[in-house]
Amino acid sequence: MDGLDTVIAVLAGAIRAGTPLALAALGELVTERSGVLNLGVEGTMLVGAVTGFIATVITGSPHVGVLAACLAGVAMSLVFAVLTQFLLTNQVATGLALTIFGIGLSAFVGLGYIGTPIDGLRPVPVPVLADIPVLGPLLFRHDLLIYLSIVLFAAIAWFLHRTRSGLVLRAVGESHDAAHAIGYSVVRVRILAIVFGGAMSGLAGAYLSLVYTPQWAENMTAGRGWIAVALVVFATWRPFPVMAGAWLFGGITILSLHIQAIGFGVSSHLVATLPYLATVLVLALISRDAMRIRLNAPACLGKPFHPAA
Amino acid sequence: MLLRLEPRPVSSRGMQYASPVIAAALTVLAGLILFSALGRDPLVALYTFFVHPLTSLYGLGEWAIKATPLLLCALGLAIGFRGNVWNIGAEGQLTMGAIAGGGVALAFWGSEGPWLLPLMLVAGALGGMAWGLVPAILKTRCNANEILTSLMLSYVAVHVLGHLVHGPWRSPEGFNFPETRMFGEYGLMPVLVSGTRLHLGVIIALIALAIGWVYVARTFSGFRIAVVGKAPAAAAYAGYSRNRVVVASFLISGGLAGLAGIVEVSGTIGQLQPLISPGYGFAAIIVAFLGRLHPFGILLASLLMSLMYLGGEALQIRLNLPPAVTGMFQGLLLFFVLGSDVLVRYRIRLLRTGREVEAHGRP
Repeated sequence: MDGLDTVIAVLAGAIRAGTPLALAALGELVTERSGVLNLGVEGTMLVGAVTGFIATVITGSPHVGVLAACLAGVAMSLVFAVLTQFLLTNQVATGLALTIFGIGLSAFVGLGYIGTPIDGLRPVPVPVLADIPVLGPLLFRHDLLIYLSIVLFAAIAWFLHRTRSGLVLRAVGESHDAAHAIGYSVVRVRILAIVFGGAMSGLAGAYLSLVYTPQWAENMTAGRGWIAVALVVFATWRPFPVMAGAWLFGGITILSLHIQAIGFGVSSHLVATLPYLATVLVLALISRDAMRIRLNAPACLGKPFHPAA
Repeated sequence: MLLRLEPRPVSSRGMQYASPVIAAALTVLAGLILFSALGRDPLVALYTFFVHPLTSLYGLGEWAIKATPLLLCALGLAIGFRGNVWNIGAEGQLTMGAIAGGGVALAFWGSEGPWLLPLMLVAGALGGMAWGLVPAILKTRCNANEILTSLMLSYVAVHVLGHLVHGPWRSPEGFNFPETRMFGEYGLMPVLVSGTRLHLGVIIALIALAIGWVYVARTFSGFRIAVVGKAPAAAAYAGYSRNRVVVASFLISGGLAGLAGIVEVSGTIGQLQPLISPGYGFAAIIVAFLGRLHPFGILLASLLMSLMYLGGEALQIRLNLPPAVTGMFQGLLLFFVLGSDVLVRYRIRLLRTGREVEAHGRP
């Protein structure tokens, strides 16, 4: 029974560690499905994390913090939306700018809050379900954001593949010229998709600073925003593999923490490289099948749209 | 009344030069607003940020040595960006260059001669090239997105450096501080002007600049990269190999970033530490764009970016503002650079009447 408990604890930990990745990657998935590549996820997450943290310190309520983080993510993504959709800037460069800006901005506003203790979001066991053996501790004794991430996953999968608006969004991503010719507003659809992605990145940041660690530290995302962008590629732009991939990477993170704890005489610095090396490895393995990537990637991904061009 | 973008038939030459200036001006304006919002006298803050660092000989030297790694990294990145090859892992290649070159210095510690520094520079460049080759091969062999792989490898490189200076390479006389021995006399860059820290690395960067310009503007290989970037279909028709361009871009940019790393370590730091770069590899991306991917533009842009680093330090010391201000300014600058680029390719027109709006279709 002890062994089983440990396994359940590790798996539940994997879900916790994977949730910020899942939130950010699900948002980026929707953005990319509309044909926009937003590489600003890392910076947006940081700004979300610091905003959520400060809002929680001021109001004392982590729920307000989560909301504030969401709004901060929206604000960041609007900057990206205006630049790429109205000023037609290069999306790769603009995303990088957003990340560099976000790192600087979050470090700047968060300066007075390093080490401040807060009451983070607490776990809320689901009545009845939490008492089911194995599944209860694995899935139903988490905090609200984890439940939310699962609900959002289902909602996004349903929206993209089972609704008319989802079809429009995918059409805009596959061929903006055709979508424009039929009469859909490419720019409006893309802005909405970018803003949704920003809100999700903000949530992902809030998860880190309000639940996962609960504290604020400069650059605390440590590349998770980039891993989220990579996850969307791993998942070949489909929701279910995004979710599964996020939890798998959460598992790798937890595993490397356990390796550090046990020791094995391995340097903690080298163990810390594991999630990054795993990302590179999986990315290389998945991308080997060039045809699969080409068939699944939105055809207009990263291309600017101007009706007269 | 509505604003409307009209594509220009030919991109505006005047705007190509004006738009970086507009971007820099807008950044200064944003700085004025920011400092006022923080309750500081904006003019004093701007003076401290942009002028004060350059009021002494020592400051001028610092200006040049901070521009050196930026210039080296951005030169290489720009060559790749021209070919639509997105190496954003210069920070990691810089770190690997520092590790490789620094490793040479430590290996010959105590038995060195005047040959040591050239050997370190070669090792540094090779270290950066090797680290850059990984994403290049993953791109050409496995089609893996080079943006993500090169960035992930940056995190790996920084952790490897952390491992080395905390562990096997830690100085035996260092009281357990995470740093290596100081390099011997022959492992340090000679200082050019007494009273400053201005070192030989500046000359190396200027030579690289000249070679970079010749490569971009006067060689077939450089031309091929530009064609692959600007007109992939034409490049394929001409038989230029995209894979070769990817590998060449990464070797050049990785090598120059590695050189920047060893120059920084042997010129300004003198040993390996956990932190050897305040984000030069990332700031170089901004420098490359601000300099319009042209070597001479990059020279000017690296001087501006270097000034932003110095200004950040001056603000911290004199006005007690956090150094993170620099990072924020960097991001803002890149936003403005990218945003004002629209003026090169498009003309902004005011549509005054309803009829005019209709004639142009939906806004």
